[in-house]
Amino acid sequence: MPRNKPVTSVGDTVFAGVARTAALAIMLALAGVFVFLFIEGFPGLSAPTDVYRPAEDFLSYVGPLVFGTIWAALVALIIAVPFAIGIALFISHYAPARLAVPIAYVIDLLAAVPSVVYGLWGGLALAQALKPVLVWLDTHLGFIPLFVGPASVTGRTMLTAAIVLAIMIVPIVTAISREIFAQTPRLHEEAAMALGATRWEMIRLAVFPYARSGVISAVMLGLGRALGETMAVAMVLSATQVVTLNLISDTNPATIASNIASNYKEASPDRQAVLIATGLVLFAVTFAVNFAARMVIARGERKIAR
Amino acid sequence: MIRTSIRRAVVPGIAVIALAVTGCGASNESDGGSASDGDSGTSLSGELAGGGASSQDSAQQAWRAAFQGENSGVTITYDPVGSGAGRESFISGAYLFAGTDSYISDDEGELTKATDTCGAEPIEVPAYVSPIAVIFNLPGVDSLNLDAKTIAGIFAGKITTWDDAAIAALNDGVDLPSTKIAPVHRSDDSGTTKNFTDYLSKAGDGAWTDDPSDTWPLKGGESAEGTSGVVAAVKGGEGTIGYADDSQAGGLGKVSIKVGEAFNAPSADGAAKALEVSKPVEGRGEGDMAFDIDRTTTEEGAYPLLLTSYLLACPTYDDANDAELVKAFLTYIVSSDGQQAAADAAGSAPLPDSIAQQATDAVSVIAGK
Repeated sequence: MPRNKPVTSVGDTVFAGVARTAALAIMLALAGVFVFLFIEGFPGLSAPTDVYRPAEDFLSYVGPLVFGTIWAALVALIIAVPFAIGIALFISHYAPARLAVPIAYVIDLLAAVPSVVYGLWGGLALAQALKPVLVWLDTHLGFIPLFVGPASVTGRTMLTAAIVLAIMIVPIVTAISREIFAQTPRLHEEAAMALGATRWEMIRLAVFPYARSGVISAVMLGLGRALGETMAVAMVLSATQVVTLNLISDTNPATIASNIASNYKEASPDRQAVLIATGLVLFAVTFAVNFAARMVIARGERKIAR
Repeated sequence: MIRTSIRRAVVPGIAVIALAVTGCGASNESDGGSASDGDSGTSLSGELAGGGASSQDSAQQAWRAAFQGENSGVTITYDPVGSGAGRESFISGAYLFAGTDSYISDDEGELTKATDTCGAEPIEVPAYVSPIAVIFNLPGVDSLNLDAKTIAGIFAGKITTWDDAAIAALNDGVDLPSTKIAPVHRSDDSGTTKNFTDYLSKAGDGAWTDDPSDTWPLKGGESAEGTSGVVAAVKGGEGTIGYADDSQAGGLGKVSIKVGEAFNAPSADGAAKALEVSKPVEGRGEGDMAFDIDRTTTEEGAYPLLLTSYLLACPTYDDANDAELVKAFLTYIVSSDGQQAAADAAGSAPLPDSIAQQATDAVSVIAGK
């Protein structure tokens, strides 16, 4: 007898229902957050001038924050990504198993350290340790806009915050990249070797092209964490309302999330609305970044398919 | 084989020990609780929820502990959510009392809303008075004399080195280095910043042009989050200067500020004296003891750079028990016992007698409907 209908049972129906509910619930939660931000934040878009102190209106208030958010995340990525890919490659292709397992374990452990601990460490220990480095950068590389100084006397700079952020996103990027590197088809690698490639050439020819889109997703996940990180930045960064590329001075832009965290508590109702409105902007920025990331990945996949 | 079996035993073993230890702890606690229940000599009972200014938090802990010790049937919570959030929850009715670093005003309609919530103008009494110290980290220099104008110049970025003539003129015989000055301000909105900028703008002789506000009004410069953040940043750098609650300024050099012709170091007595000579805000009801601090006082021994944190309550509550609790707790806080407890725990300045008496009178009208 030909089977016209697929076999179903009660279990199938229940499981499909549960999965569908889960998927819809997350959409609902997201929509709920958006509605909340919009309703509560809307008055903040046009509050009295006083409320935006030391800026004048919403755009000039949120502008430096958006810049600070993206700038901190970008610098963190520039520091973290080479490290993370190096570590991932070492674990998947270079290290003997005896070494690879404990290293992978320690890296994963980094992800479990709460951000407030990173904040304490960054603000008290790392900032102190970086002081001479900042002075050196100021004296020797001061001609580069990134290091024009004057070097901060407390070490609580954008560079310090970016290094802390970098350490926080390394485990995410490493863990995902490592898994993808390890999944490179054995035959590709052996084929490259058979053609006389060295190990580095084999990685360049066989591993990187295969892992490309996966590594980009990993980097985007890391970027997401860096954009939204709150406590560590609030505790480390000496922040104010400016836009500057300078990484080593005491005058740095705050990030949206850290600005909300540090100012919400003492805020008057109008000011709270402004802060919530900046949260709405962060929501939009994160969306835009994720959207851009998807496009990049999709384009990469098309290239590979060709 | 033997090794694996030991390993298997380790985890449950630890679990058992942990259970035993926590079990002991829990039973001890409940023993203590029942013992003090028997000692209860008052009729007060119930729960009292409040919150607000974080500056009061350590004082609130001391008050709560002492008050609950006397009245074992009472549970008081104070959530240090910040002044703004505290006022908001008081207006919405979520808190029966709230702490706030700035007296409630109608700049954003809060006083009107609070009056609506209470059915009458809310009661507002000063509860926590603390001198704000100007702290600095300059190796070899332990104390400095500065006037408000010079401090304003430093924080506005006009005076940039420690050997500036303006500083030297006030400090004869002090060997001032040419280190650059790095002023540290609060990055978060804070009542401390508001009181500090209020002092600079009123006493600064025109050297400070911005209005007082919770938010640091200038762009640029070193900043840090919270009192502890500022203290840590000042400690962490050389040539730094900042402002913080005097009780938390431990170990750093403190500025003596110019009052009249003298230079006064931060002290609880000085702050209390400055509060005593200050005027109440005009147009407030009897129960509202909001003060405009006289920053330019020349009173001998006064220290006009201080933070006054208030407590808000309603004159009437729907529930008679709520009213009894708020009245009893607030009466304790403004009493000399309560003020002394805060001074011991948080280093605050006890209210001067005349103001404490007035506060006691203000609180005494609280009643159920």
